[in-house]
Amino acid sequence: MTALDVAPAVSGTGSWTVLCRLSDLAPERGAAALLSDGTQVAVFRLRDERVFAVQQHDPFSDAYVISRGIVGSRRIDDVDVPTVASPMYKQVFALATGECLDVAGKTPTRGLPPDLRPWPVRVRDGFVEVVS
Amino acid sequence: MTQHLVVVGGGMVAQRLVEALRDRDVSGAWRITVLAEEPRRPYDRVALTSYFSGRDAEDLALGDPALWDDPLVTLVRDDAVVTLDRTAKTVTTAHGRTEHYDHLVLATGSSAWVPPLEGADLPGVFVYRTVDDVAELRGYVERLSKDRVVKGAVLGGGLLGLEAAGALQALGARTTVLQVGTHLMSAQVDLGGGEALRRLINTLGVGVRLNAMTTRIRPHRRGGVGRLDLADGGRVDADVVVIAAGVRPRDELARASDLLIGERGGVVVDDTCLTSDPDISAVGEVACIQGACIGLVAPGYAMAEITVDRLLGGLSTFPGADTATKLKLSGVDVASFGDAFATTPGALEIVWADPVGGVYKKLVMSDDARTLLGGVLVGDASAYASLRPMLGRELPGDPAAFLLPEGGGGAPELELPDDAGVCSCNNVSAGTIREAVTEHGCTDLGAVKACTRAGTSCGSCLPLVKKLMTTELTKQGVAVSSALCEHFGLSRAQLYDAVRVSGLSSFTAVIERFGTGRGCDICRPTVASILSTTSPAHVLEGERAALQDTNDHVMANLQKDGSYSVVPRIPGGEVTPEGLIAIGSVAQEFGLYTKITGGQRIDLFGARIDQLPVIWRRLVDAGFESGHAYGKSLRTVKSCVGSTWCRFGVQDSVALAVMLELRYRGLRSPHKIKLGVSGCARECAEARGKDVGVIATDKGWNVYVGGNGGFTPRHAQLLAEDLDTDTLVRTIDRFLLYYVRTADRLQRTAPWIDDVEGGLAGVRSVVMDDSLGICADLDAQMDAHVEEYEDEWRATLEDPEKLRRFASFVNAPETPDPSLAYVPERGQSRPATADERAAALRGEPVLVAGTTLEVRS
Repeated sequence: MTALDVAPAVSGTGSWTVLCRLSDLAPERGAAALLSDGTQVAVFRLRDERVFAVQQHDPFSDAYVISRGIVGSRRIDDVDVPTVASPMYKQVFALATGECLDVAGKTPTRGLPPDLRPWPVRVRDGFVEVVS
Repeated sequence: MTQHLVVVGGGMVAQRLVEALRDRDVSGAWRITVLAEEPRRPYDRVALTSYFSGRDAEDLALGDPALWDDPLVTLVRDDAVVTLDRTAKTVTTAHGRTEHYDHLVLATGSSAWVPPLEGADLPGVFVYRTVDDVAELRGYVERLSKDRVVKGAVLGGGLLGLEAAGALQALGARTTVLQVGTHLMSAQVDLGGGEALRRLINTLGVGVRLNAMTTRIRPHRRGGVGRLDLADGGRVDADVVVIAAGVRPRDELARASDLLIGERGGVVVDDTCLTSDPDISAVGEVACIQGACIGLVAPGYAMAEITVDRLLGGLSTFPGADTATKLKLSGVDVASFGDAFATTPGALEIVWADPVGGVYKKLVMSDDARTLLGGVLVGDASAYASLRPMLGRELPGDPAAFLLPEGGGGAPELELPDDAGVCSCNNVSAGTIREAVTEHGCTDLGAVKACTRAGTSCGSCLPLVKKLMTTELTKQGVAVSSALCEHFGLSRAQLYDAVRVSGLSSFTAVIERFGTGRGCDICRPTVASILSTTSPAHVLEGERAALQDTNDHVMANLQKDGSYSVVPRIPGGEVTPEGLIAIGSVAQEFGLYTKITGGQRIDLFGARIDQLPVIWRRLVDAGFESGHAYGKSLRTVKSCVGSTWCRFGVQDSVALAVMLELRYRGLRSPHKIKLGVSGCARECAEARGKDVGVIATDKGWNVYVGGNGGFTPRHAQLLAEDLDTDTLVRTIDRFLLYYVRTADRLQRTAPWIDDVEGGLAGVRSVVMDDSLGICADLDAQMDAHVEEYEDEWRATLEDPEKLRRFASFVNAPETPDPSLAYVPERGQSRPATADERAAALRGEPVLVAGTTLEVRS
């Protein structure tokens, strides 16, 4: 089961990189991962074993904390969209698309876009992989 | 056997006391002797001014004169008491009369205060206190006015000063009032009211000079007073001067006999009107009750009634002073009642002013704009009668409607004026919040926050924002939900009951049974908090871990740069030198910024998530445990040093604070909980600023509840007095758990008490009188909490599975977060600003280092 089908394509010709075992991720929580170029990614494992990855950087607080947010869902058009809330100022993002669903009355710092960058992610042979 | 009550003083309050005692003491247990300094029976001092409008002194007589013919009552006039011998229980008068008493009541009232001014003793300078003062003043003015227009001056623009000015005016004198302060009647009305009052007084032909400090009174060459010199160099001609600069309690007897005297004078009495000598009471203006002498007759009457009740074996206590006043001056309508200056924490003022019509009205309301706390009415006090009984109660409908003149058009639609600031962080007014609902279609709190930015910074105004929003929505006919979030239709209190009764112990089971979806950052921590008291388990136990906010998840406080702070528990603020050194060495080793907190402990900042277990290994080994600074839970129990060291302490406040902190540590609640314990009434622990404040008394402990600092500071209110330690602990147990069970999410104890049916009295009846029959259940729940407490950090360190959550990166657990950067400041480090990071990246010479001081530029 992968979430690749819901994540938009990312430009560039990256290759799949193994991050960790699926069992290294706690259900319904995120973890930070460090890519070889220094980029930080937040990886989430849901109870139904779906896995998502978005940027770890929080555009609203300028801190690398998204993986530490609370996972949940928001009902949009009769679908429970998986979400994460920033632990800093509580903005809510869609895990699949990175879209900011609730700015909680704030604007991003330094003119950054409010949405998170989503990462293609899959689980293969019990390992979590992203395109880097 | 008949006992002897001696009353010193023959004023209005003494009269009421004798009247009430003779009325109620049907068996004649007491005979009464009243020793009065003035040569006449008690009279209506409040109506003194009417003496100018031609009334005879006898017209001022009070009550039924037959009272003084009662065989059990002796009135001795024109004979002041000069000595009090508490050992012999006797008083002796100026004429040498000695009376032995079984109980003594001091009702000596107060005297007019004359400032030490040169010329204050000149003929023509009067005070305004007794019938004799007023009679002399009247005679003096009448003599002078035979051959000229008399110029009068009144020193003091208070209640009495204005009445004196009205009286002088009535005698035909051209009068000027000299007020030292910025406005008239400054003890009762605010600046706006004082300005409206000045205009009204002017229309009577009375001049008013504000900020006018008299420096001396100078004689006229014909003799008598001639003029006043002012501090600003000005002068005022005056043939007659009335000094109405305030009163001082007549507490000389009490002072000479070493009774306890208040800081600003007056005989200190408790709520039963007893002085520091149980055989002596004090009533009226001489009594310093609840910390102040009160220069009004109504509280004096209340004290007289209480004293009589106590003499006859009753249990009544002083309920607090009704300080409502109304100016008794024809043509000038002024009333002031309750908290006229809005000194109550969070009080809101609603003002309506019509300068042309000479009207100024203000209501002071509680912070939710519902409960009437006081008011000022100038120029039109017609609403006084209907408003005064509403003090401390919720006003029906719109308070502003009480301020508008009758037939003055529709009242505004809401309690708070549109321009009232609600969110001070983001400067959002009530009107803006209403518009979010009415103009922008917001229907829930999140939408209002996003639309207005109200409550998006510190969040402490959210309850008020929610109330404003609810009111607007209700007006639009929209049913307002108390639902926790989109996943739960229940309020927090309902959900707590549902979880407790159903016995469910996991979030999955709770949301399947009572909610929908997967939850969110609102309901997950709420359910985690509920489960922690209904079915206790470690914060990281199984599914619980997925419910916690990052603070509870890593058991530290997230800071702005993504690092955390660490706070070990220091119960009661008591720490050994070894403990301090251990904390210091941890801070030193890990380069943590160190600061003393307001809760008497030490906060260590700048810890990376991967450092937390290492830091805590060291702290736990040194004997420390989690301080729960990160939790919506008990934070600290602050204490003063107490009777073990302090010269003034009456109880061991540190020992109690340590015991309470260890008892309630780890108790999860709707919001943080803070406690304080003071070892005496000096209150050095600032316990009344806490959710639960304990203050030592000679007999035990007084417990106060509902205090907090923050955005809307509140003083805790007295819940119970003189409890022994066991009863105190049970009372706090029940108070805390009743709060944990029934408060709204993120609602602190003060607003929660306001929401409980019956307010503080309602809470008292539940936790002290068990009116809901739940106390046994609450007691058992608290016993279970105490029994099952474990240090979250120690348990985490013993579990490798839990420790895996603290990796910096799942694929590089040893690599520190490269985004963290620090600069030195005042000998410690702080997070680098965005500008400093940018400068370092450009290669400019800015010292930016990681937590461990490796240079990363």
